[in-house]
Amino acid sequence: MTATYTRTSQSAFEALQCKECGAEYEPKATHVCELCFGPLEVKYDYDWLRKTVTRETIQAGPNSIWRYRPFLPVATDNVIDVGTGMTPLLQANRLARRLGLKKLYIKNDAVNMPTLSFKDRVVSVALSRARELGFTTVSCASTGNLANSTAAIAAHAGLDCCVFIPSDLEAGKVLGTLIYGPTVMAVHGNYDQVNRLCSEVANTHGWGFVNINLRPYYSEGSKTLGYEVIEQLGWQLPDHIVAPLASGSLFTKIYKGFKEFVEVGLVDEKAVRFSGAQAEGCSPIAKAFQEGRDFISPEKPNTIAKSIAIGNPADGVYAVDIARKTNGNIESVNDAEIIEGIKLLAETEGIFTETAGGTTIAVLKKLVEAGKIDPDETTVVYITGNGLKTQEAVQGYISEPFTIEPKLDSFERALERSRTLDRLEWQQVLV
Amino acid sequence: MAVKVLIPTPLQKLTNDQATVECSGETISALLESLESSCPGIKARLCDEQGKLRRFVNFYVNSEDIRFLDNENTALKDGDEVSIIPAIAGG
Repeated sequence: MTATYTRTSQSAFEALQCKECGAEYEPKATHVCELCFGPLEVKYDYDWLRKTVTRETIQAGPNSIWRYRPFLPVATDNVIDVGTGMTPLLQANRLARRLGLKKLYIKNDAVNMPTLSFKDRVVSVALSRARELGFTTVSCASTGNLANSTAAIAAHAGLDCCVFIPSDLEAGKVLGTLIYGPTVMAVHGNYDQVNRLCSEVANTHGWGFVNINLRPYYSEGSKTLGYEVIEQLGWQLPDHIVAPLASGSLFTKIYKGFKEFVEVGLVDEKAVRFSGAQAEGCSPIAKAFQEGRDFISPEKPNTIAKSIAIGNPADGVYAVDIARKTNGNIESVNDAEIIEGIKLLAETEGIFTETAGGTTIAVLKKLVEAGKIDPDETTVVYITGNGLKTQEAVQGYISEPFTIEPKLDSFERALERSRTLDRLEWQQVLV
Repeated sequence: MAVKVLIPTPLQKLTNDQATVECSGETISALLESLESSCPGIKARLCDEQGKLRRFVNFYVNSEDIRFLDNENTALKDGDEVSIIPAIAGG
Protein backbone atom coordinates (compact mmCIF):
# COMPACT_ATOMS: atom_id res chain seq x y z
CA MET A 1 0.00 0.00 0.00
CA THR A 2 1.45 3.38 -0.92
CA ALA A 3 0.22 6.73 0.32
CA THR A 4 -0.16 9.50 -2.22
CA TYR A 5 -0.72 12.34 0.24
CA THR A 6 1.52 15.31 -0.51
CA ARG A 7 2.81 16.98 2.59
CA THR A 8 2.69 20.71 3.13
CA SER A 9 5.51 23.08 3.95
CA GLN A 10 4.40 23.43 7.58
CA SER A 11 4.99 19.89 8.74
CA ALA A 12 7.23 16.96 7.80
CA PHE A 13 4.47 14.42 8.19
CA GLU A 14 4.00 12.31 5.10
CA ALA A 15 1.82 9.30 5.78
CA LEU A 16 0.69 6.76 8.33
CA GLN A 17 2.76 3.63 8.66
CA CYS A 18 2.16 0.34 10.43
CA LYS A 19 4.56 -0.09 13.33
CA GLU A 20 4.53 -3.86 12.82
CA CYS A 21 4.64 -4.57 9.06
CA GLY A 22 5.56 -1.16 7.62
CA ALA A 23 2.52 -0.81 5.32
CA GLU A 24 1.77 2.83 4.51
CA TYR A 25 -1.61 4.56 4.52
CA GLU A 26 -3.10 7.90 3.61
CA PRO A 27 -3.18 10.18 6.69
CA LYS A 28 -6.90 9.87 7.30
CA ALA A 29 -8.87 9.02 10.47
CA THR A 30 -7.61 5.51 10.94
CA HIS A 31 -5.41 3.79 13.49
CA VAL A 32 -5.09 0.12 12.59
CA CYS A 33 -3.19 -1.66 9.84
CA GLU A 34 -5.64 -3.46 7.58
CA LEU A 35 -3.11 -6.21 6.96
CA CYS A 36 -1.87 -7.16 10.41
CA PHE A 37 -3.86 -5.06 12.93
CA GLY A 38 -0.67 -3.34 14.09
CA PRO A 39 -0.91 0.26 15.32
CA LEU A 40 -0.36 3.04 12.79
CA GLU A 41 2.20 5.73 13.44
CA VAL A 42 2.94 9.02 11.71
CA LYS A 43 5.82 8.90 9.26
CA TYR A 44 7.98 12.00 8.70
CA ASP A 45 10.47 13.31 6.16
CA TYR A 46 13.56 13.59 8.33
CA ASP A 47 15.73 14.83 5.47
CA TRP A 48 13.48 17.84 5.14
CA LEU A 49 13.52 18.41 8.90
CA ARG A 50 17.32 18.21 8.94
CA LYS A 51 17.53 20.95 6.30
CA THR A 52 14.75 23.12 7.66
CA VAL A 53 14.72 23.07 11.45
CA THR A 54 17.38 24.56 13.72
CA ARG A 55 17.54 25.32 17.43
CA GLU A 56 16.98 28.97 16.48
CA THR A 57 13.82 28.32 14.45
CA ILE A 58 12.40 26.37 17.38
CA GLN A 59 13.32 29.04 19.91
CA ALA A 60 11.71 31.69 17.72
CA GLY A 61 8.40 29.81 17.86
CA PRO A 62 5.52 30.22 20.31
CA ASN A 63 5.90 29.41 24.00
CA SER A 64 3.85 26.23 23.57
CA ILE A 65 4.07 22.80 21.96
CA TRP A 66 3.59 24.49 18.60
CA ARG A 67 7.23 25.64 18.62
CA TYR A 68 7.80 22.04 17.45
CA ARG A 69 5.27 22.50 14.67
CA PRO A 70 7.25 20.75 11.85
CA PHE A 71 7.46 17.59 14.01
CA LEU A 72 3.70 17.43 14.59
CA PRO A 73 1.10 15.88 12.24
CA VAL A 74 -1.05 18.86 11.34
CA ALA A 75 -0.91 19.89 7.72
CA THR A 76 -1.89 23.55 7.86
CA ASP A 77 -1.14 26.46 10.16
CA ASN A 78 -4.68 26.33 11.50
CA VAL A 79 -3.65 24.75 14.81
CA ILE A 80 -5.38 25.02 18.17
CA ASP A 81 -2.89 26.77 20.43
CA VAL A 82 -4.23 27.23 23.94
CA GLY A 83 -0.78 27.69 25.47
CA THR A 84 -0.24 23.99 26.03
CA GLY A 85 3.25 22.86 26.86
CA MET A 86 6.53 24.51 27.92
CA THR A 87 5.82 23.51 31.49
CA PRO A 88 8.58 23.97 34.08
CA LEU A 89 11.55 21.63 34.36
CA LEU A 90 12.45 22.10 38.02
CA GLN A 91 15.71 21.09 39.59
CA ALA A 92 14.39 19.07 42.55
CA ASN A 93 17.22 19.58 45.03
CA ARG A 94 15.28 18.84 48.22
CA LEU A 95 13.76 15.65 46.86
CA ALA A 96 17.15 14.68 45.44
CA ARG A 97 18.81 15.11 48.85
CA ARG A 98 16.07 13.10 50.53
CA LEU A 99 16.62 10.24 48.08
CA GLY A 100 20.41 10.50 47.84
CA LEU A 101 20.54 11.72 44.24
CA LYS A 102 22.59 14.60 42.86
CA LYS A 103 20.92 15.77 39.65
CA LEU A 104 17.18 15.25 39.73
CA TYR A 105 14.67 17.20 37.65
CA ILE A 106 10.88 17.22 37.69
CA LYS A 107 9.08 17.85 34.41
CA ASN A 108 5.94 19.35 35.87
CA ASP A 109 2.87 18.80 33.69
CA ALA A 110 0.71 19.14 36.78
CA VAL A 111 0.59 22.78 35.68
CA ASN A 112 0.08 22.18 31.97
CA MET A 113 -2.63 24.31 30.35
CA PRO A 114 -5.55 24.38 30.09
CA THR A 115 -6.56 21.40 32.25
CA LEU A 116 -3.48 20.55 34.34
CA SER A 117 -2.31 17.31 32.78
CA PHE A 118 -0.08 16.20 29.91
CA LYS A 119 -3.22 15.23 28.01
CA ASP A 120 -3.56 18.83 26.85
CA ARG A 121 -0.56 18.15 24.61
CA VAL A 122 -2.05 15.16 22.84
CA VAL A 123 -5.53 16.67 22.57
CA SER A 124 -4.24 19.93 21.08
CA VAL A 125 -2.66 17.92 18.29
CA ALA A 126 -5.58 15.51 17.87
CA LEU A 127 -8.25 18.20 17.66
CA SER A 128 -6.16 20.33 15.30
CA ARG A 129 -5.96 17.32 13.00
CA ALA A 130 -9.64 16.46 13.62
CA ARG A 131 -10.64 19.88 12.35
CA GLU A 132 -8.50 19.41 9.24
CA LEU A 133 -10.13 16.05 8.60
CA GLY A 134 -13.58 17.67 8.80
CA PHE A 135 -14.90 16.29 12.09
CA THR A 136 -17.47 18.41 13.87
CA THR A 137 -17.90 16.08 16.88
CA VAL A 138 -14.98 14.80 18.92
CA SER A 139 -14.93 12.14 21.57
CA CYS A 140 -12.74 9.90 23.73
CA ALA A 141 -12.66 7.12 26.27
CA SER A 142 -10.99 8.45 29.37
CA THR A 143 -9.90 7.83 32.93
CA GLY A 144 -10.53 11.54 33.55
CA ASN A 145 -7.63 13.69 32.39
CA LEU A 146 -8.24 13.03 28.71
CA ALA A 147 -11.94 13.84 29.14
CA ASN A 148 -11.03 17.14 30.88
CA SER A 149 -8.73 18.06 28.06
CA THR A 150 -10.92 16.96 25.16
CA ALA A 151 -13.92 18.84 26.59
CA ALA A 152 -11.93 22.01 27.27
CA ILE A 153 -10.09 22.22 23.97
CA ALA A 154 -13.21 21.22 21.99
CA ALA A 155 -15.01 24.11 23.71
CA HIS A 156 -12.22 26.48 22.71
CA ALA A 157 -12.28 25.20 19.12
CA GLY A 158 -16.08 25.24 18.82
CA LEU A 159 -16.36 21.48 18.29
CA ASP A 160 -19.17 19.32 19.66
CA CYS A 161 -17.94 16.88 22.27
CA CYS A 162 -19.17 13.62 23.80
CA VAL A 163 -16.85 11.81 26.22
CA PHE A 164 -17.03 8.40 27.88
CA ILE A 165 -15.67 7.75 31.38
CA PRO A 166 -15.95 4.98 33.98
CA SER A 167 -18.75 5.94 36.40
CA ASP A 168 -16.53 5.73 39.51
CA LEU A 169 -14.02 8.46 38.65
CA GLU A 170 -12.79 11.04 41.15
CA ALA A 171 -15.25 13.95 41.57
CA GLY A 172 -12.65 16.53 40.52
CA LYS A 173 -12.17 14.85 37.20
CA VAL A 174 -15.89 14.53 36.50
CA LEU A 175 -16.57 18.16 37.42
CA GLY A 176 -13.50 19.21 35.44
CA THR A 177 -15.13 17.75 32.35
CA LEU A 178 -18.76 18.76 32.89
CA ILE A 179 -17.90 22.45 33.30
CA TYR A 180 -17.03 22.75 29.60
CA GLY A 181 -20.50 21.57 28.59
CA PRO A 182 -19.87 18.33 26.69
CA THR A 183 -22.14 15.29 26.75
CA VAL A 184 -20.65 12.96 29.37
CA MET A 185 -21.41 9.24 29.35
CA ALA A 186 -20.49 7.68 32.71
CA VAL A 187 -20.28 3.97 31.98
CA HIS A 188 -20.74 1.23 34.55
CA GLY A 189 -17.43 -0.54 34.00
CA ASN A 190 -13.68 -0.08 34.14
CA TYR A 191 -11.63 1.86 31.64
CA ASP A 192 -11.01 -1.13 29.40
CA GLN A 193 -14.74 -1.73 29.11
CA VAL A 194 -15.32 1.95 28.33
CA ASN A 195 -12.64 1.73 25.66
CA ARG A 196 -14.25 -1.31 24.08
CA LEU A 197 -17.62 0.44 23.97
CA CYS A 198 -16.03 3.49 22.35
CA SER A 199 -14.39 1.34 19.73
CA GLU A 200 -17.84 0.00 18.84
CA VAL A 201 -19.31 3.52 18.82
CA ALA A 202 -16.46 4.68 16.58
CA ASN A 203 -17.54 2.03 14.09
CA THR A 204 -21.04 3.39 13.88
CA HIS A 205 -20.74 7.19 14.38
CA GLY A 206 -18.70 9.54 12.27
CA TRP A 207 -16.96 11.11 15.23
CA GLY A 208 -13.31 11.82 15.79
CA PHE A 209 -12.24 9.72 18.78
CA VAL A 210 -8.94 11.16 19.89
CA ASN A 211 -7.64 7.85 21.26
CA ILE A 212 -9.18 5.61 18.60
CA ASN A 213 -9.46 6.74 14.98
CA LEU A 214 -7.31 9.85 15.61
CA ARG A 215 -4.82 7.95 17.75
CA PRO A 216 -1.80 8.20 15.40
CA TYR A 217 -2.02 12.02 15.52
CA TYR A 218 -3.03 12.26 19.18
CA SER A 219 -0.15 10.18 20.48
CA GLU A 220 2.39 12.35 18.68
CA GLY A 221 1.62 15.20 21.09
CA SER A 222 3.49 13.29 23.80
CA LYS A 223 6.74 13.68 21.89
CA THR A 224 6.82 17.30 23.02
CA LEU A 225 7.57 16.04 26.54
CA GLY A 226 10.83 14.73 25.09
CA TYR A 227 11.63 17.83 23.04
CA GLU A 228 11.02 20.24 25.91
CA VAL A 229 13.28 18.39 28.31
CA ILE A 230 16.11 18.47 25.76
CA GLU A 231 15.63 22.18 25.21
CA GLN A 232 15.29 22.95 28.92
CA LEU A 233 18.44 21.00 29.77
CA GLY A 234 20.34 23.33 27.40
CA TRP A 235 20.00 21.10 24.32
CA GLN A 236 21.18 17.96 26.06
CA LEU A 237 19.67 14.58 26.71
CA PRO A 238 19.27 13.40 30.30
CA ASP A 239 20.87 10.14 31.47
CA HIS A 240 17.72 8.54 32.84
CA ILE A 241 14.00 9.23 32.73
CA VAL A 242 11.22 7.87 34.91
CA ALA A 243 7.64 8.12 33.63
CA PRO A 244 4.25 6.62 34.50
CA LEU A 245 2.91 3.80 32.34
CA ALA A 246 -0.78 3.57 31.48
CA SER A 247 -1.14 2.30 27.90
CA GLY A 248 2.61 2.79 27.43
CA SER A 249 2.07 5.40 24.70
CA LEU A 250 3.60 8.35 26.58
CA PHE A 251 6.73 6.33 27.33
CA THR A 252 7.24 5.32 23.72
CA LYS A 253 6.66 8.85 22.48
CA ILE A 254 9.19 10.45 24.85
CA TYR A 255 11.62 7.91 23.40
CA LYS A 256 10.58 8.83 19.86
CA GLY A 257 11.01 12.54 20.66
CA PHE A 258 14.56 12.00 21.89
CA LYS A 259 15.44 9.88 18.85
CA GLU A 260 14.02 12.44 16.43
CA PHE A 261 16.05 15.34 17.82
CA VAL A 262 19.18 13.22 17.52
CA GLU A 263 18.17 12.10 14.03
CA VAL A 264 17.81 15.66 12.72
CA GLY A 265 20.97 16.88 14.43
CA LEU A 266 19.45 19.13 17.11
CA VAL A 267 21.18 17.31 19.98
CA ASP A 268 24.17 15.01 20.39
CA GLU A 269 23.43 11.33 20.73
CA LYS A 270 23.67 9.78 24.18
CA ALA A 271 22.32 6.66 25.82
CA VAL A 272 19.24 7.46 27.89
CA ARG A 273 17.82 4.89 30.30
CA PHE A 274 14.02 4.61 30.34
CA SER A 275 12.27 3.46 33.51
CA GLY A 276 8.51 3.11 33.94
CA ALA A 277 6.11 3.21 36.87
CA GLN A 278 2.90 1.26 37.47
CA ALA A 279 0.58 0.70 40.40
CA GLU A 280 0.64 -2.83 41.81
CA GLY A 281 -3.14 -3.01 41.45
CA CYS A 282 -2.75 -2.69 37.68
CA SER A 283 0.75 -3.59 36.54
CA PRO A 284 0.55 -5.72 33.39
CA ILE A 285 3.53 -3.95 31.80
CA ALA A 286 5.72 -4.23 34.91
CA LYS A 287 4.90 -7.94 35.19
CA ALA A 288 5.76 -8.59 31.52
CA PHE A 289 9.06 -6.75 32.01
CA GLN A 290 9.96 -8.58 35.20
CA GLU A 291 8.93 -11.98 33.88
CA GLY A 292 10.85 -11.50 30.62
CA ARG A 293 7.71 -11.84 28.49
CA ASP A 294 7.11 -10.32 25.06
CA PHE A 295 3.37 -10.23 25.49
CA ILE A 296 1.08 -8.47 27.96
CA SER A 297 -1.41 -10.45 30.03
CA PRO A 298 -4.37 -8.15 30.67
CA GLU A 299 -5.53 -7.45 34.24
CA LYS A 300 -8.64 -6.16 35.98
CA PRO A 301 -7.52 -2.99 37.75
CA ASN A 302 -7.80 -2.41 41.49
CA THR A 303 -5.84 0.65 42.58
CA ILE A 304 -6.31 4.27 43.61
CA ALA A 305 -4.13 5.27 40.65
CA LYS A 306 -7.09 5.33 38.28
CA SER A 307 -5.54 7.53 35.62
CA ILE A 308 -2.95 4.83 34.84
CA ALA A 309 -5.16 1.82 35.59
CA ILE A 310 -5.29 0.36 32.10
CA GLY A 311 -5.50 -3.40 32.28
CA ASN A 312 -5.08 -3.96 28.55
CA PRO A 313 -2.33 -1.52 27.53
CA ALA A 314 -2.05 -1.15 23.76
CA ASP A 315 1.56 0.01 23.71
CA GLY A 316 2.72 -2.17 26.60
CA VAL A 317 4.96 -4.40 24.49
CA TYR A 318 6.74 -1.38 23.04
CA ALA A 319 7.29 0.09 26.51
CA VAL A 320 8.80 -3.20 27.70
CA ASP A 321 11.08 -3.25 24.67
CA ILE A 322 12.31 0.30 25.28
CA ALA A 323 12.98 -0.32 28.99
CA ARG A 324 14.97 -3.43 28.09
CA LYS A 325 17.06 -1.99 25.29
CA THR A 326 17.91 1.18 27.24
CA ASN A 327 18.93 -0.75 30.36
CA GLY A 328 16.03 0.76 32.30
CA ASN A 329 13.48 -0.82 34.62
CA ILE A 330 9.73 -1.07 35.12
CA GLU A 331 8.53 -1.27 38.70
CA SER A 332 5.23 -1.16 40.55
CA VAL A 333 4.25 0.17 44.00
CA ASN A 334 1.23 -0.34 46.23
CA ASP A 335 -1.45 2.22 47.08
CA ALA A 336 0.12 3.16 50.44
CA GLU A 337 3.42 3.84 48.69
CA ILE A 338 1.58 5.93 46.07
CA ILE A 339 0.12 8.17 48.79
CA GLU A 340 3.56 8.49 50.38
CA GLY A 341 4.91 9.42 46.95
CA ILE A 342 2.32 12.19 46.56
CA LYS A 343 3.20 13.55 50.02
CA LEU A 344 6.95 13.29 49.46
CA LEU A 345 6.79 15.35 46.26
CA ALA A 346 4.49 17.91 47.88
CA GLU A 347 6.57 18.30 51.04
CA THR A 348 9.95 18.47 49.31
CA GLU A 349 9.17 20.36 46.11
CA GLY A 350 5.81 22.07 46.56
CA ILE A 351 4.15 20.09 43.78
CA PHE A 352 0.76 18.47 44.39
CA THR A 353 0.41 15.63 41.94
CA GLU A 354 -2.34 13.14 41.29
CA THR A 355 -1.96 9.42 41.96
CA ALA A 356 -0.03 8.77 38.72
CA GLY A 357 2.64 11.19 39.94
CA GLY A 358 2.63 9.57 43.38
CA THR A 359 3.20 6.25 41.65
CA THR A 360 6.10 7.68 39.68
CA ILE A 361 7.80 9.24 42.73
CA ALA A 362 7.31 6.03 44.73
CA VAL A 363 8.87 4.00 41.92
CA LEU A 364 11.75 6.51 41.70
CA LYS A 365 12.36 5.96 45.43
CA LYS A 366 12.18 2.19 45.01
CA LEU A 367 14.64 2.25 42.11
CA VAL A 368 17.10 4.44 44.06
CA GLU A 369 16.89 2.16 47.11
CA ALA A 370 17.53 -0.86 44.89
CA GLY A 371 20.62 0.80 43.41
CA LYS A 372 19.00 1.00 39.96
CA ILE A 373 19.53 4.74 39.57
CA ASP A 374 23.06 6.04 39.74
CA PRO A 375 23.20 9.11 42.05
CA ASP A 376 25.35 10.91 39.48
CA GLU A 377 22.90 10.37 36.62
CA THR A 378 20.92 13.37 35.39
CA THR A 379 17.47 11.95 36.06
CA VAL A 380 14.20 13.48 34.84
CA VAL A 381 10.92 12.41 36.41
CA TYR A 382 7.72 13.10 34.51
CA ILE A 383 4.80 14.35 36.61
CA THR A 384 1.79 14.19 34.32
CA GLY A 385 -1.25 15.32 36.32
CA ASN A 386 -2.47 17.59 39.13
CA GLY A 387 -3.46 16.47 42.62
CA LEU A 388 -6.34 18.91 42.91
CA LYS A 389 -8.34 16.56 40.67
CA THR A 390 -7.86 13.50 42.86
CA GLN A 391 -8.17 14.85 46.40
CA GLU A 392 -10.05 11.75 47.55
CA ALA A 393 -6.83 9.76 47.24
CA VAL A 394 -5.12 11.58 50.11
CA GLN A 395 -8.06 12.45 52.30
CA GLY A 396 -7.56 10.89 55.72
CA TYR A 397 -3.82 10.62 55.22
CA ILE A 398 -2.82 14.24 55.73
CA SER A 399 -2.87 16.57 58.74
CA GLU A 400 -5.86 18.74 59.45
CA PRO A 401 -5.80 22.44 60.39
CA PHE A 402 -5.73 23.60 64.02
CA THR A 403 -9.07 25.17 64.82
CA ILE A 404 -8.50 28.12 67.11
CA GLU A 405 -10.35 31.05 68.66
CA PRO A 406 -9.56 34.54 67.39
CA LYS A 407 -7.39 35.10 70.47
CA LEU A 408 -3.62 35.23 70.85
CA ASP A 409 -3.47 32.67 73.66
CA SER A 410 -5.50 30.18 71.60
CA PHE A 411 -3.02 30.60 68.77
CA GLU A 412 -0.03 30.18 71.12
CA ARG A 413 -1.46 26.97 72.61
CA ALA A 414 -2.05 25.51 69.15
CA LEU A 415 1.43 26.52 68.01
CA GLU A 416 2.93 24.83 71.07
CA ARG A 417 0.94 21.71 70.35
CA SER A 418 2.01 21.69 66.69
CA ARG A 419 5.64 21.72 67.83
CA THR A 420 5.18 18.73 70.07
CA LEU A 421 3.76 16.60 67.31
CA ASP A 422 6.11 15.32 64.69
CA ARG A 423 4.77 14.06 61.44
CA LEU A 424 4.72 10.43 62.50
CA GLU A 425 2.57 11.29 65.49
CA TRP A 426 0.32 13.29 63.25
CA GLN A 427 -0.29 10.27 61.17
CA GLN A 428 -1.12 8.23 64.26
CA VAL A 429 -3.55 10.91 65.39
CA LEU A 430 -5.28 11.30 62.09
CA VAL A 431 -5.35 7.92 60.40
CA MET B 1 -26.27 -22.36 16.44
CA ALA B 2 -25.60 -18.74 15.58
CA VAL B 3 -23.15 -16.25 17.02
CA LYS B 4 -23.17 -12.56 16.15
CA VAL B 5 -19.71 -11.20 15.34
CA LEU B 6 -19.06 -7.43 15.46
CA ILE B 7 -16.57 -6.52 12.74
CA PRO B 8 -14.30 -3.48 13.20
CA THR B 9 -14.12 -0.87 10.44
CA PRO B 10 -10.68 -1.91 9.10
CA LEU B 11 -12.05 -5.39 8.30
CA GLN B 12 -15.38 -4.40 6.81
CA LYS B 13 -13.93 -4.44 3.28
CA LEU B 14 -13.91 -8.22 3.71
CA THR B 15 -17.53 -8.38 4.89
CA ASN B 16 -19.15 -6.34 2.09
CA ASP B 17 -19.16 -3.35 4.47
CA GLN B 18 -21.24 -5.26 7.00
CA ALA B 19 -20.56 -4.30 10.65
CA THR B 20 -21.96 -7.60 11.93
CA VAL B 21 -21.74 -11.13 10.58
CA GLU B 22 -23.61 -14.25 11.73
CA CYS B 23 -21.32 -17.23 12.22
CA SER B 24 -21.23 -20.55 14.00
CA GLY B 25 -18.66 -22.47 16.03
CA GLU B 26 -18.29 -24.22 19.36
CA THR B 27 -15.17 -22.23 20.21
CA ILE B 28 -13.36 -19.06 19.09
CA SER B 29 -11.04 -21.22 16.96
CA ALA B 30 -14.02 -22.84 15.22
CA LEU B 31 -15.66 -19.44 14.83
CA LEU B 32 -12.55 -18.17 13.01
CA GLU B 33 -12.90 -21.00 10.48
CA SER B 34 -16.59 -20.20 10.00
CA LEU B 35 -15.76 -16.51 9.57
CA GLU B 36 -13.08 -17.37 7.00
CA SER B 37 -15.46 -19.46 4.92
CA SER B 38 -18.03 -16.64 4.75
CA CYS B 39 -15.46 -13.82 4.44
CA PRO B 40 -12.38 -15.27 2.68
CA GLY B 41 -9.11 -13.65 3.73
CA ILE B 42 -10.27 -12.45 7.13
CA LYS B 43 -8.42 -15.11 9.13
CA ALA B 44 -5.05 -14.02 7.75
CA ARG B 45 -5.72 -10.54 9.08
CA LEU B 46 -6.60 -11.78 12.54
CA CYS B 47 -4.07 -14.59 12.96
CA ASP B 48 -0.34 -14.86 12.36
CA GLU B 49 1.43 -17.48 10.25
CA GLN B 50 1.20 -20.01 13.12
CA GLY B 51 -2.55 -19.51 13.31
CA LYS B 52 -2.39 -17.69 16.67
CA LEU B 53 -4.41 -14.53 17.19
CA ARG B 54 -2.27 -11.48 16.49
CA ARG B 55 -1.17 -9.59 19.58
CA PHE B 56 -2.97 -6.37 18.67
CA VAL B 57 -6.34 -8.06 18.21
CA ASN B 58 -8.74 -8.34 21.14
CA PHE B 59 -11.67 -10.78 21.15
CA TYR B 60 -14.57 -10.36 23.56
CA VAL B 61 -17.38 -12.84 24.19
CA ASN B 62 -20.43 -11.09 25.62
CA SER B 63 -18.16 -8.19 26.64
CA GLU B 64 -15.54 -10.36 28.39
CA ASP B 65 -11.97 -10.49 27.05
CA ILE B 66 -11.24 -14.07 26.02
CA ARG B 67 -7.87 -13.82 27.80
CA PHE B 68 -9.87 -13.86 31.05
CA LEU B 69 -11.74 -16.91 29.73
CA ASP B 70 -10.10 -19.73 27.78
CA ASN B 71 -8.43 -17.79 24.96
CA GLU B 72 -9.02 -19.41 21.55
CA ASN B 73 -10.63 -22.41 23.28
CA THR B 74 -13.33 -20.24 24.86
CA ALA B 75 -16.66 -22.02 24.39
CA LEU B 76 -19.49 -20.34 22.50
CA LYS B 77 -23.22 -20.94 22.66
CA ASP B 78 -26.21 -19.93 20.60
CA GLY B 79 -26.91 -16.19 20.84
CA ASP B 80 -23.45 -15.17 22.04
CA GLU B 81 -22.02 -11.90 20.79
CA VAL B 82 -18.36 -11.75 19.81
CA SER B 83 -16.60 -8.38 19.40
CA ILE B 84 -13.33 -8.01 17.53
CA ILE B 85 -11.58 -4.86 18.72
CA PRO B 86 -8.16 -3.50 17.77
CA ALA B 87 -5.91 -2.51 20.67
CA ILE B 88 -6.54 1.09 21.72
CA ALA B 89 -4.29 3.73 23.29
CA GLY B 90 -4.90 4.76 26.85
CA GLY B 91 -6.95 7.50 28.41
